[in-house]
Amino acid sequence: MAERPISDHWFEEFLKEEKIMGSRCTACKTLFVPPRSVCSKCYSAEMQWEEIASKGRLAAFTCIAIGPSFMTEEGYDRKNPYCTGVVELTEQTRVVARIEGVDTQDPASIKVGMPLSAKFLHRDSGDKPKTFLAFEPQITENE
Amino acid sequence: MNKKRKLGRGVAVVGAGMSQFDMFDDRDSKDLFTEAFSSMLASVDKGLDPRDIDALYLGNFTNDFFVNQSHWSAIISDAIGLVPRPATRTEGACASSALAFREGVFAIASGFYDMVLVGGVEDMSKRSTAEVAEGLALAAVPYERKAGFTFPGVFGAIATAYFDKYGAGREDLMNVTIKSHNNAPLNPKAQFQTTIRDIMDGKIARAQSKGDALPQWTDERDFLADPQANPSIAWPIHLFDCCPISDGGACMLLVGEEIARNFTDDPLYVVGLGQGSGRGLHAADDLTYFEATRAAAQEAYGMADLGPEDIQCCEVHDCFSIAELIHIEDLGFFKAGQGYKAVAEGMTRLDGAKPINTSGGLKCKGHPVGATGVAQLIEIWEQLRHQAGDRQVPNSNLRIGAAHNVGGTGGTSTFTILERR
Repeated sequence: MAERPISDHWFEEFLKEEKIMGSRCTACKTLFVPPRSVCSKCYSAEMQWEEIASKGRLAAFTCIAIGPSFMTEEGYDRKNPYCTGVVELTEQTRVVARIEGVDTQDPASIKVGMPLSAKFLHRDSGDKPKTFLAFEPQITENE
Repeated sequence: MNKKRKLGRGVAVVGAGMSQFDMFDDRDSKDLFTEAFSSMLASVDKGLDPRDIDALYLGNFTNDFFVNQSHWSAIISDAIGLVPRPATRTEGACASSALAFREGVFAIASGFYDMVLVGGVEDMSKRSTAEVAEGLALAAVPYERKAGFTFPGVFGAIATAYFDKYGAGREDLMNVTIKSHNNAPLNPKAQFQTTIRDIMDGKIARAQSKGDALPQWTDERDFLADPQANPSIAWPIHLFDCCPISDGGACMLLVGEEIARNFTDDPLYVVGLGQGSGRGLHAADDLTYFEATRAAAQEAYGMADLGPEDIQCCEVHDCFSIAELIHIEDLGFFKAGQGYKAVAEGMTRLDGAKPINTSGGLKCKGHPVGATGVAQLIEIWEQLRHQAGDRQVPNSNLRIGAAHNVGGTGGTSTFTILERR
C-alpha cells in the first residue's frame, strides 16, 4: 500500500476499508492500536503500519441509556440503550469500540471475556461517510 | 518519578470558604465565588486585609461552552476587588482547582508571592442534562468519545472490569452511595442533605398522599435495586451512583509559613503534593486502577514522609460510586480488590477506621467541577481544625488529612496532604 502517514486520520480511513491498522515500533517491537507515530515506550520514530487480526475478547463494557447526540440520532435512548466497551485483541493490545449483537436489555447476559470479532459500521451522514469500529460476539463456525 | 519532592519555602493554609453547593436559577458562578470569598474572609481567625493578597489562581473547566464565557479568572478578580493583581485560570477538567491550589503553593514556595488566593468555580445548571453530559465528555479521551462513551459509561466499563476481576457487584456500589448519603445531612453546604432512607420515606409519603400503591422496599439496597427508583444510566452505573450537576465556588488563602501565625493560631501546613497523568482505557496499564492516582499518591507520600496508614480522613473523587472503590485502593488505604469489602464492613464511615468523604462526597455535597478540588480540601481544613460540626470525625487527635481529585477519566489526578501542628 502507498505510504500513509501514521495518524488518527489514516486509522479512520483504513476502517472505511474494513481494516484495523496499528503501528509497530521497528526498534522495540511494541504494537500500538490506534497507531502512534512515535513509540511511547522507547521514543523511536521508526514506526510501521501493521494490520490487526480483528478478533479479541470483551475486557469491559457498559450499556448507555443517555448518550451523546450522534448516538441518540441513531435511535438509542433510555428504552433502547447501546453497548460500548473495551476489547482485548488477540495481539494483547486493547481498543475501545461499540459492541453489537448483544442484549442491552439484559446486561447481565453480556460477559467479560466473551470472544468477539470486528464489524465495521459504515455511516453515511451527508457528504462525509464515516466508519465506526464495532465488535460482535464471534459466531462459532460449524466445520 | 522517585525523586523526593520538597517546597523551597513552607506554605500554610490560613483561611477557607465555600458557597452553598446547589443548582441555582438566579445566581451565576461570579455570585457563588463572591459568596465563597466572603466566607473565606470570615474564616481568617485574626482577620485579613484583602488588599494584601498578591495573586489569584482560579480553577474553571466548563465556562467556555456552558456559559459561553472564557477568561473567567480576570472577571472573578474584578468581582472580588483584586484588580489589578494577577489572575490566572487553571484547567484540568474536574481537577481544575486542585491545579490552582498547586500553582498557588508553588508561587509562594518560590518566594515570588507571600499570600495567594486559590479556588475554583463552576456554573453547570443552566444547561440540559444531555448538554452537560456531552460537555463534560469533552475531557474524555477522543477514541472513547468516538466509540460512544460518556463519563458514566467509562466508569461503567471500569466497574464491569472490577466486578469481573475481584468478584464485587452492584450491591458494593450501593454501599458507597448509602454511606455518602448518611454523611450528607450533617453538611449544611451540601446539595443533597438527605439519607437514602429519607428519600424512600419521601417517595412513600408522596404515593400515600396520591392514593397510589405503596412501594414495598425492604431496605435501602432494595430501593436502589428498583429500576423505577434508580434507573440505569450506563449499566452497571445507575442514577444513584452518579454525582449531580452543581453550581458552586470555593477558595482558600495560602501564605508563606513564617507569616501564617499572623492570621491564625491554627494554620494547616501543606506537607504532601502529588500529581499524575493517565491514559485512555485502550492504553491504560489496567482497567481496575488509575496510574495517575498511584503516581500522585507515591509523590505526595514521599514528600511528606507519610504512608496511607497516617491519613486520618480523606476526601476522594467519587464522581461515580465505583470511582471511590478504585481510589481508596490506589491511595493505598486498602489493597487492590479489597476496597469494596472495607466499605461493606463500615471502615469508611464517619466513625470507621478510615473515614472517606465525610462531606458526603461529590455524590451528595455536589460537584461544581472547577470548584471541587479546593472544596475537598476545605472539608479537610474543617475536619483537622475540629470545625466540622455534626460530621466531625470522632478522633480528638486529628492531625493529618488528605484530598484526592481527578480530572477526566483519570487523565489528571492529584493528591494533597495537609497537616495540623
